Parts: sequence; structure tokens; C-alpha cells
Amino acid sequence: MVLPQAIINIAYLIASILFIAGLKGLSHPRTAIRGNLMGGLGMLIAILATVASKKLDLELIILGIVVGSAIGAVLATKIQMTAMPQMVALLNGFGGIASVLVAGAELLKSVLNPETPDPDLQTLVAIAASGFIGGVTFWGSLVAFGKLQGVGVPDRPVRYSGEQIVKVLLLLISIALAVLIVMDPHDTYLYWVLAGVASVLGVLLVIAIGGADMPVVIALLNSYSGLAAAATGFVLSNNVLIIAGSLVGASGIILTDIMCRAMNRSLANVLFGGFGEIVISSTGDDVYGGKVKSTSAEELAMLLETAQRVVFVPGYGMAVSQAQHAVRDMFNLLESRGITVEFAIHPVAGRMPGHMNVLLAEADIPYDKLIEMDDINPTMGQVDVAIVLGANDVVNPLARTDPKSPIAGMPIIDVDRAKTVIIIKRSLSPGFAGIPNPLFAADNALMLFGDGKKVIQECVAALKEAS
Amino acid sequence: MDFVVILTIFVLAIFVGWEVITKVPPILHTPLMSGSNAISGITIVGALLSAGGAMVANEHVFLTIPGLEIHLSLAKLLGFSAVIFATINVVGGFLVTHRMLEMFKRKD
Repeated sequence: MVLPQAIINIAYLIASILFIAGLKGLSHPRTAIRGNLMGGLGMLIAILATVASKKLDLELIILGIVVGSAIGAVLATKIQMTAMPQMVALLNGFGGIASVLVAGAELLKSVLNPETPDPDLQTLVAIAASGFIGGVTFWGSLVAFGKLQGVGVPDRPVRYSGEQIVKVLLLLISIALAVLIVMDPHDTYLYWVLAGVASVLGVLLVIAIGGADMPVVIALLNSYSGLAAAATGFVLSNNVLIIAGSLVGASGIILTDIMCRAMNRSLANVLFGGFGEIVISSTGDDVYGGKVKSTSAEELAMLLETAQRVVFVPGYGMAVSQAQHAVRDMFNLLESRGITVEFAIHPVAGRMPGHMNVLLAEADIPYDKLIEMDDINPTMGQVDVAIVLGANDVVNPLARTDPKSPIAGMPIIDVDRAKTVIIIKRSLSPGFAGIPNPLFAADNALMLFGDGKKVIQECVAALKEAS
Repeated sequence: MDFVVILTIFVLAIFVGWEVITKVPPILHTPLMSGSNAISGITIVGALLSAGGAMVANEHVFLTIPGLEIHLSLAKLLGFSAVIFATINVVGGFLVTHRMLEMFKRKD
């Protein structure tokens, strides 16, 4: 069945509206599920409209969709919530490679077809852009996946002398290749060279970035995957691709900006410089020397028994030790005794935007207990016990006090203003920024050394015993 | 289609995206990423056209999938691979977002 183009375009319009309304639904947890379903419905309509727009080889299409759906469904249902950053990185990459392949196929076909004129300037520029953005996105995402999953590439930033020059050179080569493609599209292999150079650039861009900066990278790659789709929309002169692609492009850029602000760093600083590579050797002795007090899970339990308001500050360490379920048990126990328990969430805690929220939601913590940094900071002075669990730089008061510190000006959660701060941590080792944390030596701070999950479990046991 | 018309749509869509997405609260940022990611799988539309379109005059069969009598030109093979990748993106993205959002349901 082939439908008239006007009907197809209206179907694409409906799909676009559903995408926008769906994203709008994500503005509240209550409407979010419906929003996501609307997005899915929009996608289904777009696919059906496309299949009905021309006489297409359905066997092949169905085969591709069945294979892709099976892989996608397995990934989506099997993935652990702690591994969500990797999953998103991988999906970003798949969006990117799809754009590379579609633009490449379009170039081949239009050049080989003797019945149609060569593609015009707009189409050729868009083809080159798809190949470039898609290539950077695909390989950049694979490297990000590798860093997050701990396979193939080191988590730390890989830096070398002259790296920025190499990247600029690759960018210039890409532009030169794009110009050649636009001037003479018949040398189609140039397109694949362009995609290859973009791939190398994607690898180099991401490999230079450390694990704790991944929230920025993933948000940026998310944006690129949208822009790649929009570029492919320019290739095909297809509105729904352009609209959906720009929505995602905008979304990724907004998240990137939020992440950068939450670290008081510019995007350029995260991508090309920053403190990721510095491993400061200055020992924490002058900061910690003799001033650090340590405590035990039993003592923490005693402190909690007399507390009225307790705030948890989770960080990536909570994800690593899979402590979220133990935290939930403690949350339930304390709440059942009339103690107010809240979670203070720093925007860059974890490895992707919103990472901590997802983990805590998975553990059945009600979302109204997850408080944003700016909302909880004014009342930190009234907190009896603040428990820092696997976070470090986001609670480092040097950000406020030392203008020369690499994290100077970064907004932090003011746990040091709580009556007592318990820091659950394996050792005094520095966080990603590589600097000592004077909080650990503060008068109101107690270190609780150990594995996050184990410590919380011991504390829960002690609380139960005492009652 | 006229380039300026397409460009207009592109720019306006970015503004719409900006307005809509700045209202998403931080607690939903991860589902926002995976959900918007699924939407960027819209490239599947292009992939379907590349995979399913008829071969043009100068195209040759590049690969035959044995047993299925499917003959692919290079362009169709690229399109077919793109269908698989884009479908993983779409299906995986929407499903995993749904799974996450289920966890954010209020528990009473």
C-alpha cells in the first residue's frame, strides 16, 4: 500500500507533536511514563508512515527490525541500574552509526542512479555532516562505554603532548574531505575516509577525559546523536528527522550546560584541559595530620538514635559498592522511628546526569526525599547527622574557601554545616580532582572507614539490636 | 524542499526543545537522556528508505543472504545495518526508559 505524500507528511507531523508532548511529560514523575509512551507511539507512527510512503522491500525491513528489536529488548531488560551510564553511551553510539550508514547509502544511490541529477549542495553538505557527526558520536560513545564498563580503555584521562594539535589537525582534514565530497561526490570512498577520520577524532576526544567527567561527555554525545539525526534529515529533506533530531540536540546541550555549571567549569575546560590529568602528589598530611577522627558503625547507630534529621549525600562510591538497597533499609528503619531522612543530590554525583536518583528510585526511596543541592543547602545547618556515602569532591569546602583550588567556585553540598558529618569511605584518598578534603579533618566530622554497603548494613543491625 | 524552509524548521525545533527540556527536573535527567536518545533513533526512517528502496540502474548485488533469497546492493546493505542499529536505539531506549520511570512511580 502506497499512501499519498500529503498523508505521510501529516503522519510525520503527528509523530513530531508526540515527541514534543512526550518530552514535556518528562517534566514530572507522575506524567513521565505517559510521556515516554507518547514518544514510542510517535516513533511507531513515523515508522509505519515511512513503510507506507513507497514501495519498499518489506522482507528485508522486517528482518532488520526483528533483529534490532530483539537485541534492544534484551539490553533494556537485562541491564543493571548501576550500568545505566554505559547503556546510554552505547545507545547514543548506535544512533550515530545509523546516521553514518544512512547518509553513506544515500550518497551511493544518488551518485549511481543515472536518472537523477547529482545531489545538490545542501544534500552533499548534510551528507558530509552526517558522516562526520555520526562518526564522532559512534566511536566517542564506544570509548565512553569502555571507560564506564572498565573494558578496553582506562578510566583515567589518557593525555599526551601535542594532543590538542592532533585533534585540530583531524578536524581540518575532516573539513578538507567534506569540501572534496561536495566538489565531486562521485569519489564515494572519500565519504568513508571522512567517517574514518571522524571516528579517530571521536576516540581521541573521549579517551582524554576522566571517568568523573563522564556526565558531561555522555550529555554531549547525546546531543551529537540528535544532531546526527537532524543532519540526516537535511540529507533526506525529511521534517520528522529534523524535528526529532533538534529536540535531542537541544536536550543534550542543556544537560551538558547543567553539568558544566555544577562543576563551575567551561565545556572547553572539561573537553580539552581541566584537572582530570593531574594526580596531585601533595600528601594530605598537612591537612589531615592528627586531626582526623574515625568512628564505627555502632557509634553511628548511637548517633542516629538521637537524631531528628538525617541527610545522606550519595556519590559514585554508592553505585560502586551497590549500597543503595542497604541505604533503603536504613532509610525505612529511621523513618519508622520518626526521624526525617533526606537525600541531597549533587548534579554531577555519579557517572551521568541523574544517576543517583535512578539508583535510589530503584531501591524504592520515594522521589520527594531526593532533594536538589540548591534546595537543601540553606537548611544544612539544621541537620543532625549528614552521611556522606561515596562522595568526595562534591562536599569539599575548599571549593568555597580556596580560590586557587582546581574546584574553586564549584557549588558543593554544605555538609560541613551539619552538626555531625559522617564520611563513609575506604581511605583518605583524594577524589577525582586529586586534592585533599579538609572536611575529613573538620571538628564535626568523623570518618567511617570501610565498604559502603557493609558499613550501612552493620549500622542497620546495630540500630535493630539497640531497640 | 527549499533549504530555507528546512532550516526554519530546524531552528524552531531547537527552540521548542530548549523550552520543553529546561522544565525537566534533575531527578528525571537519566530517563530524559535515555528517552531522548530513543527519539534520536528516528534515523530509522532514513534507514528504512535506504534498506527497502529498489536498486537503481547502476547498482549491483553486493551480498546475498543465503537461505532467504535476499539480494543486497552495497547501499541496501548499509541501509539494512542502519535499520538494525537504529532499531536497537529505539527499542532499547524506550524500554529502558520505561523500566526506569516505573521505579519513580509514587509508592503508596
